[in-house]
Amino acid sequence: MSAATEAVGRPPTTVSGRLVRFIARTPVHLGLLAIAVIWLVPTVGLAITSFRPRDDIHATGWWTSFTDFSFTLHNYDLVLENAKMGSSFVNSIMITVPSTLLPLTIGAAAAYAFSWIRFPFRDTIFLMIVALMVVPIQMALVPLLRLFRDLGIADWYVGIWLAHTAFGLPLAVFLLRNFFITLPRDLIEAARVDGASNVRIFLRVVLPLSVPALASYAIFQFLWVWNDLLMALIFITDSDLFPMTKRITEMQGTYGAEYHLLASGAFLLMIVPLIVFFALQRYFVQGLLAGSVK
Amino acid sequence: MSSQAAPGPVGRPRGRRLPEIFKRQGWQGLLFILPAVLLLGALVAYPLVWTIVYSFGDTNSRLDIVNWVGFDNYKRLFTTDKVFLNRDDFPPEGALVNNLKWAVLYTTFSLALGLLIAVLAARVRYESILKAIIFVPMAIAATAVAIIWKFVYEPDPDIGVANAILHGGFNLDPIVFIGRADTVNYAIIFAYVWASTGFAMVVLSAALKGIPEEIIEAARTDGANEWHIFRRIQFPLLSLPMAVVTVWLTINVIKLFDVIYVLSRGGPGNSSEVIATQMFDELFQNGEGGYASAIAVVMLLLVIPLMIWNISRFRSERVVT
Repeated sequence: MSAATEAVGRPPTTVSGRLVRFIARTPVHLGLLAIAVIWLVPTVGLAITSFRPRDDIHATGWWTSFTDFSFTLHNYDLVLENAKMGSSFVNSIMITVPSTLLPLTIGAAAAYAFSWIRFPFRDTIFLMIVALMVVPIQMALVPLLRLFRDLGIADWYVGIWLAHTAFGLPLAVFLLRNFFITLPRDLIEAARVDGASNVRIFLRVVLPLSVPALASYAIFQFLWVWNDLLMALIFITDSDLFPMTKRITEMQGTYGAEYHLLASGAFLLMIVPLIVFFALQRYFVQGLLAGSVK
Repeated sequence: MSSQAAPGPVGRPRGRRLPEIFKRQGWQGLLFILPAVLLLGALVAYPLVWTIVYSFGDTNSRLDIVNWVGFDNYKRLFTTDKVFLNRDDFPPEGALVNNLKWAVLYTTFSLALGLLIAVLAARVRYESILKAIIFVPMAIAATAVAIIWKFVYEPDPDIGVANAILHGGFNLDPIVFIGRADTVNYAIIFAYVWASTGFAMVVLSAALKGIPEEIIEAARTDGANEWHIFRRIQFPLLSLPMAVVTVWLTINVIKLFDVIYVLSRGGPGNSSEVIATQMFDELFQNGEGGYASAIAVVMLLLVIPLMIWNISRFRSERVVT
């Protein structure tokens, strides 16, 4: 491990050699330390602030609380109840779970066909779907608003589910198809020779072998939807249905500089992505890299 | 029986052909893709066409087209609309110019910092923890990033850490970073570079690890120093990953919305407006569906070259990510 990460040069064997090497590297260590501090300070500051009493926040900087810290959970009480972040947390889940599962299943079915069934214009259709991947959501807003209103589904979650599903599908198809075609051909041919139907091959052979790819996409889409503000601003109009991103944005307008509420609210919004990140870092990074075309 | 391999980009490697048994089930393939195609058709492709149609009209507040105006919306965007593009002053200003500023500064700094950290981190033992620290902001909602930095930029030096450093460290007067037309763009760009550097770093770091150790060892044996190794070996081999990152960051810039909407709402005045925030305002504040659609079409036109590049890359790579 250390030899691989060290990467540069053979490690000196003598004590003085190591010392020289360490001193020569000091600017690198200092530079990286500075970078790490710059990257940590903003988030840590907000985290500490979310646990400080309102009066303290406005009297002294959060950095003074390293020496003089009074801890409270009162901000979280306030933001969960009075500012309705509690119900917004539930709303975010209500929006995110179907908006992840729908494109995952629909996309996986399409990806299977694009990899293992032959049909006319297959590659043309696939290419068209890939091309839709980078279409900005703005290109559909006005017609979708009208469509959802005309269909009478503008008042609940259905509109945002559909919009997220449609805009998440191209990536799902692209990503999963690229994984499915790497599965061993012999396996699928053998299943077919044994008389297995396409549905059966898809469910019993392809899906179980593709868990890493399915997980990568699911995590990417989950975070994408969880973190989305634009679609929520547009398609969720009923204040009781606001997800957390929209709720915080609204709080930002009404409560301005009430940092005890904004800080704890922002932390509630961040907590799920942070858990996902630390628990599933490998899939997370894979999904993100694979999604980098979006 | 045709033995021709599926053409081009997305087909399997030429010369390999599907056995007969795969071919009789074409109709089943269509069934499998049907839900995806229907959804994409109804909710992406069809609205996309309609947005183009809308961009040639004016709408009422119920988004019905009330009259056709030809290219007037586009003319207005590029000539009389000072929010979108103000050419009276030099240098020009407006949302479009701000997007350009973003494209240059945000892209350059995210890429350069990501590269720097990837290269330096590979030389230390604490690489993985350092990379995790840099990467975490990628997981967070842009909304939360905006709140985090709103707090950093707070003018009161007893609240905002940026002004605490300016005040305590250099005895300077507080700067209202987000409230001043001449600082707001750079302040938000810096905040978003902070959020995006992790992406560039992860991609470039992975690419660096893919360079065979023997090449670098050989160069070192020949007397190359660290700088030469970076400049002559690593940097050239990173050109494709860097292009990939640049394209991703640029697409991000064109779609940029959340962080500006939360931090400044395009203000003060219109000084930090970008295409997407203006489009939103035209639609929801001014009720101008046609005009907003014209802005959306401009966004699409900006994205298309990047889309073509992406697709041609899939072609050349025969798509296995």
